[in-house]
Amino acid sequence: MQDNLNYTFSGKLKTLSFIMMAIGVVAIAVGFATNHEQTWANLMHNNFYFLTIALGALFFYAIQYAAEVGWSVYIIRVPLAMSQFLWVSGAIMLIIFFAAGHHIWHWMHHELIVETLPDGKPNPDYDAVLAGKSAYLNVPFFLTRMILYFVIWYGFAYMLRKHASAEDMSGALQHHLRSRRLSIIFLVLFAITSSTSAWDFVMSIESHWFSTLFGWYTFAGIFISSLCVMALIVAYLRKQGYLHHLNQNHLHDISKFMFAFSIFWTYLWFAQFLLIWYANLPEEVVYFMLRQDYYKTLFIVNFLINFVLPFLILMTRDSKRQLFWMSALGITLFIGHWIDTFLMVIPGISGEHWTIGVYEIGTTIGFIGLFIFVVFNALTKLSLLPSRHPMLVESEHFTL
Amino acid sequence: MSKKLHGIFNDDEVLLNAIRNLKAKGIKCSNAYSPYPVHGLDEALGLKRTRISIASFLYGATGTCLALLMMWYMDIWDWPMDIGGKPSWNLYKNIPSFIPVTFEFTVLCAAHGMVLTFYLRSKILPGVEPNVIHERMHDDHFVLTVEGKESDEAQIREALTQNGAVEIRS
Repeated sequence: MQDNLNYTFSGKLKTLSFIMMAIGVVAIAVGFATNHEQTWANLMHNNFYFLTIALGALFFYAIQYAAEVGWSVYIIRVPLAMSQFLWVSGAIMLIIFFAAGHHIWHWMHHELIVETLPDGKPNPDYDAVLAGKSAYLNVPFFLTRMILYFVIWYGFAYMLRKHASAEDMSGALQHHLRSRRLSIIFLVLFAITSSTSAWDFVMSIESHWFSTLFGWYTFAGIFISSLCVMALIVAYLRKQGYLHHLNQNHLHDISKFMFAFSIFWTYLWFAQFLLIWYANLPEEVVYFMLRQDYYKTLFIVNFLINFVLPFLILMTRDSKRQLFWMSALGITLFIGHWIDTFLMVIPGISGEHWTIGVYEIGTTIGFIGLFIFVVFNALTKLSLLPSRHPMLVESEHFTL
Repeated sequence: MSKKLHGIFNDDEVLLNAIRNLKAKGIKCSNAYSPYPVHGLDEALGLKRTRISIASFLYGATGTCLALLMMWYMDIWDWPMDIGGKPSWNLYKNIPSFIPVTFEFTVLCAAHGMVLTFYLRSKILPGVEPNVIHERMHDDHFVLTVEGKESDEAQIREALTQNGAVEIRS
């Protein structure tokens, strides 16, 4: 058992991740040469998607500590490793901001909020709505917020990892208690930053439109996409012969989380859609008009793949307890929320001119490679089993 | 002729051990009553998994269909309604506004159906004489029902006492 406590990044997977990153780099490079606007949109879409996965993992880790959860101790190092990806997302987000901010976030064009031109004539491009929002949506404040988000998120991921590592070394209870306190503080900050970052990164792409439910809707996406990636990593580690102490009860709980939060996601997705559809206000309904006129297939597929499939497949107890169904649903939901994020980000940037082709999928493959490389490297740094966690025995005896 | 006996226990661990020991001796443990859920009791007794989840799915599906049928009849067919300023007079196009009611009615049917089914199967409907084997079975005592041949009664009684039963009732 001792030899399986530490994960070693197998050469095969490392090579695979390098090949995937190379595909991504080629796709992005060719994309820039042919259509650089679409490529920035792709980068933004994929970076935001993998940001949600890493952030949701940190959120999962924090609730396990804040609520003193016992069952998840066997898998707790997986979300911790996933959260170490946050600094990569932050770096890419800053690159996008400095290199193509004007292209992604339309409101950054300063000439739109100037009422009169220097020669005294009224500005024909003046946008009263954007001018009204300029107290919040302006470049210096946006940059400050953006840096603050990543400092907070990655700061907590870093501190929690430090305490996990120290706990493995010394076994002192104070590291567990510190982790708990940090987690509680993080959850409070996450409640605010998950909403405001959703407005900043995604909602402000279509800066005329607004939805009061948007923060929650994004949060549901954050949590479910990180849960399905966590399930996939757990399934992979299990297949590779690690985590052999994991039993069906643990799988059952992971699947239950996926089942519950895919329904929660649908609830918020539908609540946002229903109110806008029913009220039919011109300033709100443009958002769904665009998506239904030009993205109709994706719009329907998004609903089917993220609600109907997990609802019907994960409903029975038997499918929740099997590694096969858990990983099958993990892959399905990963694709499903890739589509969901696509529908959140791309229509506002590209309008009716969109494709899902070689470049889009190539970029995503590149991001998957990068994610695998960073996360599995982080997994090798700490023991897979938190052998001095106070609730380790509880996780061992966990039954449903 | 088979005979039913009830062993009364005052500890859940003792009860679980007793079930395992009695089963090893070939005595049939048919049921157990407990004031709160005991982990591992179902497995120890060898009870089949409940089928109430299947029943619940069927009740829920009935609820979904009934709710959609009701709204189709009232708002589309009998008295067509202009819904959300979009007069389409068509179930498929008006479905978003019917979803909340459909969802609630599905939950209502599934929940009430499950409760009623549970009552019927457990025979605890209003008016039915309650089957109280021991006065403290809903407080802090556990009841184990064992079945065996009438000729083995003495043996079963002895086995129950040996395994920690504080009292035996028939």
